[in-house]
Amino acid sequence: MEIDILGKNDTRSGFGAGLSYLGETNPNVVALCADLTGSLKMNDFQNKFPERFFQVGIAEANMMGIAAGLTIGGKIPFTGTFANFSTSRVYDQVRQSIAYSGKNVKICASHAGLTLGEDGATHQVLEDIGMMKMLPGMTVINPCDYNQTKAATIAVADHVGPVYLRFGRPKVPIFIPENQKFEIGKGLLLNEGTDISIFATGHLVWEAIEAVKELKNKGVSAELINIHTIKPLDEECILSSVSKTKCVVSAEEHQIAGGLGESIAKVLASNSPAPMEFVAVNDKFGESGKPADLMKKYGLHSSNIVDATLRVLKRK
Amino acid sequence: MNNYNLQELNNLVPQVRRDIVRMVHARNSGHPGGSLGCAEYFIALYKVIMNHNTDFSMDGIHEDLFFLSNGHISPVFYSVLARSGYFPIEELKTFRMIDSRLQGHPTTHEGLPGVRVASGSLGQGLSVAVGAALTKKLNQDSSIVYTLHGDGELQEGQIWEAAMFASAHKVDNLISTIDYNGRQIDGDVDEVLSLGNLENKWIAFGWQTLNCNGNDLEEIIRTLSKAKEMTGKGQPIMIIMKTEMGHGVDYMMGSHKWHGVAPNDEQLEVALNQNPETMGDY
Repeated sequence: MEIDILGKNDTRSGFGAGLSYLGETNPNVVALCADLTGSLKMNDFQNKFPERFFQVGIAEANMMGIAAGLTIGGKIPFTGTFANFSTSRVYDQVRQSIAYSGKNVKICASHAGLTLGEDGATHQVLEDIGMMKMLPGMTVINPCDYNQTKAATIAVADHVGPVYLRFGRPKVPIFIPENQKFEIGKGLLLNEGTDISIFATGHLVWEAIEAVKELKNKGVSAELINIHTIKPLDEECILSSVSKTKCVVSAEEHQIAGGLGESIAKVLASNSPAPMEFVAVNDKFGESGKPADLMKKYGLHSSNIVDATLRVLKRK
Repeated sequence: MNNYNLQELNNLVPQVRRDIVRMVHARNSGHPGGSLGCAEYFIALYKVIMNHNTDFSMDGIHEDLFFLSNGHISPVFYSVLARSGYFPIEELKTFRMIDSRLQGHPTTHEGLPGVRVASGSLGQGLSVAVGAALTKKLNQDSSIVYTLHGDGELQEGQIWEAAMFASAHKVDNLISTIDYNGRQIDGDVDEVLSLGNLENKWIAFGWQTLNCNGNDLEEIIRTLSKAKEMTGKGQPIMIIMKTEMGHGVDYMMGSHKWHGVAPNDEQLEVALNQNPETMGDY
């Protein structure tokens, strides 16, 4: 596998950089934030384009409604707050004023999942992908590194319709080439293999890369595909890979229920069922702790992907 | 302000009320009480006050915009939209039917001209209107954004988030109105959850306020006209509009019981007798 580490940074900074790029290039892009401008890395946009930036204070429901309204007259609003406050806190506002109303709002959500760390379970939303993918017409994207998050941020501005863009807090390896075009709804092949298809999203893509190396040492040829767009799901890519490998592991920083794995399982069940294992949080709330420790405790480490692969291979 | 003939507008009031009770009766479902109380407001807004184009475009550039936040009073909204030319009056027949654009609560989803956001789950319309008003400012569009809210709806917290934002950000191209009929599903607003001193609340939140009788057509026209003169002065405007739920149908007036109940055949006849057909039924 030829994957180079290009550096290390947080995905939220990729969002901030993408937003600033849009500020320069697309005069219709506006941004809103609910008192987390620094955390979302939106300061640069705020400083450069103050007339297109709206600080709404700690009032996320209002932010979602204002964003819906801003689209009327042609603006493309990007909302910024933590993933928990972008979804569960405002689900009805997102559902009625944005999704059902078909508004072109980009809901940008940082600090998703366990890697938020020490703040604990109140803030570590692990249900957001499920909530958002259930909304008709909502696009759901969970990029894996700084470069992909920046590219995704830029790409969603050109997509007409509501988008949920999910990213995180910790600094993680950068391995997607800079300026790689982000194609919404397209799986990205990171490693070809023949024994197992590993589909990973978000921070778990790096864990999966580590797992693929470990599996190679064990004589297992793993195909690794980055599914950055959970909805619409690249069914063709999934079915094509699984037709070759005949078994699957999914990996994500989310509950099993409602996650990427569940979406993949649905595609397989409807087309060609295959043995599958899910690397995700199993019906638990998180807790305070260092991100790396939490990922181990809740079973989201590369070793969990290796173990899941060895288990599923026996069921082929 | 558009030129208008007061006699024609006065004739339209009972016709809109007929539409409302007939629509709700036909489906044996819907919300007649609040709809009847707001007939004069909608007629004033769409026939006199707003600069709007019935050749509907979602973006509404250089047009005044209206957002109905208490979406359950869709019958009066649909009647006045149809009778303003947004869609055929005949389409009122399809209210709440399967495959209709006239959903129980207004929505953009089926593409009904005149509707710019879905409403029904209460408390969301003011935020949306604030966003639309901000876009007008960004677009250097001097048009005005209007909203209507139920009084019971003010129990939703999001209203007050939007109220705080609108004054803090000087959203002064916004004229909101509260349908202050004092009734909600479970009873009198004062009994369910009192709003306290409503005008002082809005003043404390930094809004300019006006009061009027919403069942007096000339008074609501005067009040909305006055509100327009108050725009552009750094503050949003709130009209506290006293209305009677069920206005124009005697047995519906003075009670919360007709918030969301349809009249039966006999009751419909009584209601229609009290509101003569002036412009032709759908």
